[in-house]
Amino acid sequence: MSIKKIHSDQPKNFKFTDENLLVAEEILKKYPKTNKKSALMPFLYLAQKQNQNWIPLAAMKYIAKYLSIPYISVYEVATFYSMYNLSPVGKYFVQVCTTSPCLLRGADKIVKICKEKISPNESELSKDSNCSWVEVECLGACVNAPMMQINEDYYEDLNETNTIKIIDSIIKNKPLKPGSYRGRKNTSPEKLKNLIQEEKNA
Amino acid sequence: MPKITINGKEIEFQKGMTILQACDLADVEIPRFCYHEKLSIAGNCRMCLVEMEKSAKPVASCAMPAAEGMIIKTNTEFVEKARKGVMEFLLANHPLDCPVCDQGGECDLQDQSLYYGVDKSRFSENKRDVKDKYMGPLIKTQMTRCIHCTRCVRFATEVAGVPEIGAIGRGENMEITTYLENSMKSELSANVIDLCPVGALTSKPYAFEARPWELKKTESIDVMDAVGSNIRVDTYGWEVKRILPRINEDINEEWISDKTRYACDGLLKQRLDVPYIKKGNKLEKSNWDEAIKLISEKIKKLEPSEVAGHIGDMCSIETIYAFRRFFENLKSTNLEIREKKFFINPQEKLNYLFNSSIVGIEKSDLILLIGCNPRHEATMVNARIRKAFVKNKVPIYSIGNPGDLTYEYKIAGDRSEDIKNIFEEKNEISKILKKAKKPMVIIGESALETKSGGFIFEGFKEFLNNNGFINEKWNALNVLIQNASTVGGLDICSSFFEIQDNFSFFDKLENKKFKFLYLLGSDNLNIKKENEFIVYQGSHGDRGAEIADIILPGAAYTEQNGLFSNLEGRVQECRKASYPAGDAKEDWKILSLISEKIDNKKLFKSFEVLRNEAIKEIKNFSQINQLPDFKKSNSKKIQFSYTPEKIDIKKLDYYYSNSICRSSKTMSDCRLNNKSFLKDGTNN
Amino acid sequence: MLKQSDKIFTNLYNDFGWEIDSALKRDDWKNTKDIISKGKEYLISEIKNSELRGRGGAGFSTGLKWSFAPKELGSRPHYLVINADESEPGTCKDRDILRFEPQKLIEGSLIAGYAVGAHVCYIYIRGEYFNEGQRLQEAINQAYEKKFLGKNACGTGWDFDIHIHYGAGAYICGEETALLESIEGNKGQPRLKPPFPALVGLYGCPTIVNNVETIAVVPTILRRGSKWFSSLGKPKNTGTKIFCISGNVNSPCNVEEEMGIPLKELIEKHAGGVIGGWENLQAVIPGGSSMPLLPKKVCDTITMDFDSLIENKSGLGTAGVIVINKDQDIVACMARIARFYKHESCGQCTPCREGAGWMWRILERTVKREATLSDIDLLEDVTKQIEGHTICAFGEGSAWPVQGLLRHFRKDIEKRCSGEPIVKKKRDIPYLVDQHLLEKKNA
Ligand SMILES: Cc1cc2nc3c(=O)[nH]c(=O)nc-3n(C[C@H](O)[C@H](O)[C@H](O)COP(=O)(O)O)c2cc1C
Ligand code: SF4
Ligand code: FES
Repeated sequence: MSIKKIHSDQPKNFKFTDENLLVAEEILKKYPKTNKKSALMPFLYLAQKQNQNWIPLAAMKYIAKYLSIPYISVYEVATFYSMYNLSPVGKYFVQVCTTSPCLLRGADKIVKICKEKISPNESELSKDSNCSWVEVECLGACVNAPMMQINEDYYEDLNETNTIKIIDSIIKNKPLKPGSYRGRKNTSPEKLKNLIQEEKNA
Repeated sequence: MPKITINGKEIEFQKGMTILQACDLADVEIPRFCYHEKLSIAGNCRMCLVEMEKSAKPVASCAMPAAEGMIIKTNTEFVEKARKGVMEFLLANHPLDCPVCDQGGECDLQDQSLYYGVDKSRFSENKRDVKDKYMGPLIKTQMTRCIHCTRCVRFATEVAGVPEIGAIGRGENMEITTYLENSMKSELSANVIDLCPVGALTSKPYAFEARPWELKKTESIDVMDAVGSNIRVDTYGWEVKRILPRINEDINEEWISDKTRYACDGLLKQRLDVPYIKKGNKLEKSNWDEAIKLISEKIKKLEPSEVAGHIGDMCSIETIYAFRRFFENLKSTNLEIREKKFFINPQEKLNYLFNSSIVGIEKSDLILLIGCNPRHEATMVNARIRKAFVKNKVPIYSIGNPGDLTYEYKIAGDRSEDIKNIFEEKNEISKILKKAKKPMVIIGESALETKSGGFIFEGFKEFLNNNGFINEKWNALNVLIQNASTVGGLDICSSFFEIQDNFSFFDKLENKKFKFLYLLGSDNLNIKKENEFIVYQGSHGDRGAEIADIILPGAAYTEQNGLFSNLEGRVQECRKASYPAGDAKEDWKILSLISEKIDNKKLFKSFEVLRNEAIKEIKNFSQINQLPDFKKSNSKKIQFSYTPEKIDIKKLDYYYSNSICRSSKTMSDCRLNNKSFLKDGTNN
Repeated sequence: MLKQSDKIFTNLYNDFGWEIDSALKRDDWKNTKDIISKGKEYLISEIKNSELRGRGGAGFSTGLKWSFAPKELGSRPHYLVINADESEPGTCKDRDILRFEPQKLIEGSLIAGYAVGAHVCYIYIRGEYFNEGQRLQEAINQAYEKKFLGKNACGTGWDFDIHIHYGAGAYICGEETALLESIEGNKGQPRLKPPFPALVGLYGCPTIVNNVETIAVVPTILRRGSKWFSSLGKPKNTGTKIFCISGNVNSPCNVEEEMGIPLKELIEKHAGGVIGGWENLQAVIPGGSSMPLLPKKVCDTITMDFDSLIENKSGLGTAGVIVINKDQDIVACMARIARFYKHESCGQCTPCREGAGWMWRILERTVKREATLSDIDLLEDVTKQIEGHTICAFGEGSAWPVQGLLRHFRKDIEKRCSGEPIVKKKRDIPYLVDQHLLEKKNA
């Protein structure tokens, strides 16, 4: 993972909205009073959600002050975890899993579609700035490969045709439903569900 | 004691030791990069792997606690393979640029790869490129060389107490940096240069100046403050190229402050190399004969009471003693060593010492700061307080607000009333103090400078004495002296002091009672010059020289031998590493010459005679490098009046505190860089 | 094949609904109070007797792990931490438990928490499973409403709270000490051991870390008895296990099966067989990407349990079965796995930081047929230099798959490495060879 690029155009100020301040206080309650630092990751996530899915430097400073921890600690954490975006991403942020189980079932084709439809390079905004895509490591839905994540939702069991449909739908700002695109129930074996499950056993 | 077997030899070790420490005991060498005695254990370089019986994998000896009956082998093929493997990884992405690397010759990686590495690289991929980071005026970076040992990160966080260096990113792209590449806001920052085992962090001012084997190394003492940090002065010919710390567990451990380390380029600038005489309104170059003649004539014409001398902040005990003898010959008693009007009672030595001692800080269970900012006034003492805070969680209180000290403390008031309440047991601090077993009260010059200075000092002394805190085993009374010459000077010049009329020298100076003022390396005294005739003797063309009528060029602390008593009263030797600039002479010789001119008598036959006599003047002297003997206090409390007032902690212009610093380009860079520093503390 | 009546996770595909009311119909939270009232000792020994082994990858005895928690509560609280980081490529079983069987996990947490003396449980869910986490939170809320959690949880007299902590995209946070660091708000860098988390874990307090599946099977084991559980599978490899079958099979799926099921049966019966038929099978990674692959010959007969896989120099790991058929370039597939490890190394210790990328680069060159024969030996050396020398097991996880590849497919790789070595044997190129060595030889 190369060092994340810090966006060149940074907002001067950042503050949690009143609503998020309440959420933040709720988060803090989960952890022992002497270990406020534990709230750092949830706070970064909160800041990212508040700020169109990326974290500006001002937010890192704000969080550091909020939790009384050094700036560098916040910076270290924000650059360590791959889910924190330090520069803007699309409103529809497409993450394509390309790790082996997905690769075996054609993840490269999905990447190709993203390149054609969204932008030729990873982490680059589409022309209308609405979408961007990245290649990511295993998203933990391997039996539904190939798959991709758009914002929080998993789109599974893809093939070229329905990937194009899905990408088109977000470009048009009318996203299709997440889930399996082969119409099967979650992770069940498709055609040959050997036995109908019984609700209760023994 | 438990036993461990290392390479077939059984040895005893102390509980709590790691395998690596046990191996050190057994004189078995273990290669290492990330491990450092003074830092927490990271165990990340994996160079210290050893074979442990019953373990299929080699274990990291730096992190594994030694245990009874363990069988360790360090000389097997298994271990060698592990080491070679790790070494190959470390070198894989490390540039082979030793010829242009300043660490060359003192590089751990270079040394260890020679012993534990293989001769050829099998890494045929492109080497990793890492952008260099800006870390301020002192630290030069070349981050491709970094081996990610995180010593620098741990130092900044743990010892310096300024968590500003970190490792960002992850995996092979992990990079060491300061937050957004700001410089590190610490007076200890440059120690990371010594700690960095490779050439990733090197000294910016010293970049490409010399190779270590070309330098002459002299063991000496620092005089930038009163701590007496142990240093090594590296010279190339006349030039002092760099100053490095020497380990002294009692004083500076193995760190030094940035000022101690980097003020040395000031030794090359603004130097006085010939005598000057003011003619008309201009200082003109002159020679020794003319200058000395002029001085002796001037002195002879005056009454002893009209002649005064002031001793500067970096004078050795010998120089001060010679100066005293010089004044005794003139029969003048107008001699002063303080630069400001802070109260000192020189009757007993314990009245102006840091009696608990610097190592004592680690044993203390309560620290009370009275009007001082140890971070700026005695950086290494502050580092020790921080260590005690981190290690023992010692509670720290302060009267007055010193700002960010790199550790937490509670402010227990900021007025003289608060102190009075302590004595009268009306402040919660009195209870806390009395309950403590080994408390420390550290009184700063700022507190002694207030109108209640005498009251504060005598009050605390009485309070601590009454509660049994001043005795041979533990002495809780501490005065935090700021200048290297002060403690020695007070020993030697105490007879010139009047206790009740503590500031008579300053009063006479202000009231223009002196017609002739001899400034011995004194640059920080506040003088409104009118008609006084001023002689300045010193090494730098600084504030003292500016107002002088005659300038006598002296030697700097690296250019003459001399003893210094640090704030604990420990007498140490500062050694000559270079020689005085141009026509400049050692200080005692100059005094001797003038004295000879006045009454045809040599002050001293030789430096040895001078030193022997001077040592006799040192109170409670035990031995060189040792703490002074303890003498029970038997003087009565002296009553002083009390004035309600605020205890203001005077801000020290840290990077500009003496004439050498003020001549140093590096120090002015630091000062510029840290302009906002005093204001904002470390986190901005 | 596992009898329907012996399945623990009957709602694995959400046939019946995840809400607490459906869960109660499936017997979750039945007799929980009675079970807990039998006491810590009983719970721990019952789990020990069931021979349940951790489902997170290492296969450590769960009952034994619980017994490491200090018996008496000292001044420091105890914690239970549940590992739902699930980032091992090929694995997606915990996701289904979080989504569709959350009450099993919650009930298991209460029981485990009671057994190890923890009043607080953190569930660490990988950040990408946001929806799954929200679902679990709803389930937790439902359990609170029914007073199964909180003060006097489920009427047991034991106070118990569960909090969710999200990860943010770092595989290494699955390693238990890195996970603890991550909960503490730090980078997920594994800690040095000793001390082990059971004594010095989260916030320096005794902490037991278990996988989601491990905890979720606990209530059923206790309800049906350790004998029932240990009668399934093989000795020391007991019970049922969720297998994730992905890759080149006709019908990839998650399925709960008995431990020790033959791999071939698993693939043929549940996953519709290998694409192109069994004969088209090239290799199988049996336990998530960290485990060395098995060539077809071994796959023909191997059974899926911890011990028989170890015998074959592989491991059950997380039981994420990745099937690779002959249409695939096996080296490209393993190179992609190496890239995964390069990307996910935390960067803390030298062998892993420097070695993971090195392995990937050599493999990439091999895929492109730019590698030389000497690179193969070098690659093997690099894996050996990583293995066993790192702070955590990530080192093995990254080295083993490559070792597996070299062990079983060396011939194929050699064929691609036809490139001439830069330094040819017996032909000294002075530029690269030490001059003094040359002289000696010439003399
Ligand atoms: C690199 C690495 C990644 C791991 N990832 C996971 C994971 O995603 N989920 C998990 O449950 N265990 C994971 N583990 C195993 C845990 O460290 C730990 O053994 C497990 O959570 C213990 O639970 P168990 O005893 O119930 O298996 C990982 C281990 C390593 C070394
Ligand atoms: S810069 Fe030097 S001290 Fe810091 S991590 Fe790198 S090698 Fe270690
Ligand atoms: S010295 Fe032990 S791992 Fe670095």
